[in-house]
Amino acid sequence: MNHLNTAQIAARVAQDIPDGSYVNLGIGMPTEVANHVPADREVIYHSENGILGFGGPPAAGEEDPDLINAGKQHVTMLAGGSFFHHADSFGMMRGGHLDISVLGAYQVSASGDLANWSTGSETFPPAVGGAMDLVVGAKKLFVVTRHNQKDGTPKIVERCTYPLTGAGVVSRIYTDLAVIEVTAAGLQVVELHAGNDFDAVQALTGAALLPPLPTP
Amino acid sequence: MMNKITRSMAEAIGGIRDGDTVMCGGFGSSGVPFNLIDALLDHGVRDLTIIANNAGVGETGLSKLLRENRLRKVICSYPRSPGSVWFERRYEEKAIELELVPQGTLAERMRAAGAGLGGFLTPTGYGTQLAEGKRTEVIDGVGYVFEQPLAADVALLRAKQGDRWGNLTFHTAARNFNPVMATAARTVIVEVGQVVELGDLAPDIIVTPGIFVDHIIEIEPIFP
Repeated sequence: MNHLNTAQIAARVAQDIPDGSYVNLGIGMPTEVANHVPADREVIYHSENGILGFGGPPAAGEEDPDLINAGKQHVTMLAGGSFFHHADSFGMMRGGHLDISVLGAYQVSASGDLANWSTGSETFPPAVGGAMDLVVGAKKLFVVTRHNQKDGTPKIVERCTYPLTGAGVVSRIYTDLAVIEVTAAGLQVVELHAGNDFDAVQALTGAALLPPLPTP
Repeated sequence: MMNKITRSMAEAIGGIRDGDTVMCGGFGSSGVPFNLIDALLDHGVRDLTIIANNAGVGETGLSKLLRENRLRKVICSYPRSPGSVWFERRYEEKAIELELVPQGTLAERMRAAGAGLGGFLTPTGYGTQLAEGKRTEVIDGVGYVFEQPLAADVALLRAKQGDRWGNLTFHTAARNFNPVMATAARTVIVEVGQVVELGDLAPDIIVTPGIFVDHIIEIEPIFP
């Protein structure tokens, strides 16, 4: 089985981010997507704490302690960038103004439910942040995730067992094994990464997949 | 004459009482009124409900209030961060009540309170645990959760500049929750990096108009 590494998955997601789009990248693997968007595409990144148009990290010693992204990392501003308060920032999400939101997952279900905020632990405090807002508003929700947990347990499942972040919200799933579109007919495999066999990928998935359509 | 500038921290926060609900601006360490939180600790009040995005990290800010058992409840979107040891400890001991609110709903509940609205319907959280026990409605095929306004007795905020009318500007992304909290609390107290003369802030760069602000104190920001 050909498993893409994190950078390769991020690069695959980046291919699907068009020039001129407004994009919110979640914490962790989604953040890496920005490193792979081709330089000839102008993509404007949104951060939940009230930023549009931020760029990469500042040079050492040049950090502005107030200028951080959702992952609390120092960032810089691009020409044309802007600041706004939290109510406006989340209005942008819910109001459908963002083109693409990219998030990680604990589980994704066959009907596009996403679980990515809580494992249901009693003693470990839950934290939701902006995840539930991000999943309802963006025109497309891309999920980037390993296909399976470290012990092999599938993360793509018939029904999520972890608490939901949103129901029926996921557009596309990018894993180390395949790219899968959530459709009304079911989980449609769009691409199997080079060398991967449909039946073998299906065997590692906790929900029924539809095989890739023949290319015309 | 209208003068909201105070030179004394005791005067700025002296009105905060045991049991008050207190909003604290900020996101991570950006735009957090660390000076005012330290003063609140020294002021000695207890049994507070804190409304903030995060619940403090390390031994700074809200973590100090948790460490000293001054809080009864936290209303928060992201209480758990790397280093949020005091929140985690108090939570595990069941010594603190947590009301977990999605971040956009937290901001919008404040906005509703500040704008005189009786609540709103949001798609955020529909079909999830965080909507359990709440009124829901389906409109044109979309599920919504009814959320109530969220007001506070006091808001502690940080801004870049302020004048004696209480007008405020903010530094880069330090704006975050500060302007919306300013609208939603009965008493709004702001630490500013610089007090400027009336008229120094051009009307078209003022982010928070002074009508929302009660006290301004000039003090160097703390970055933990």
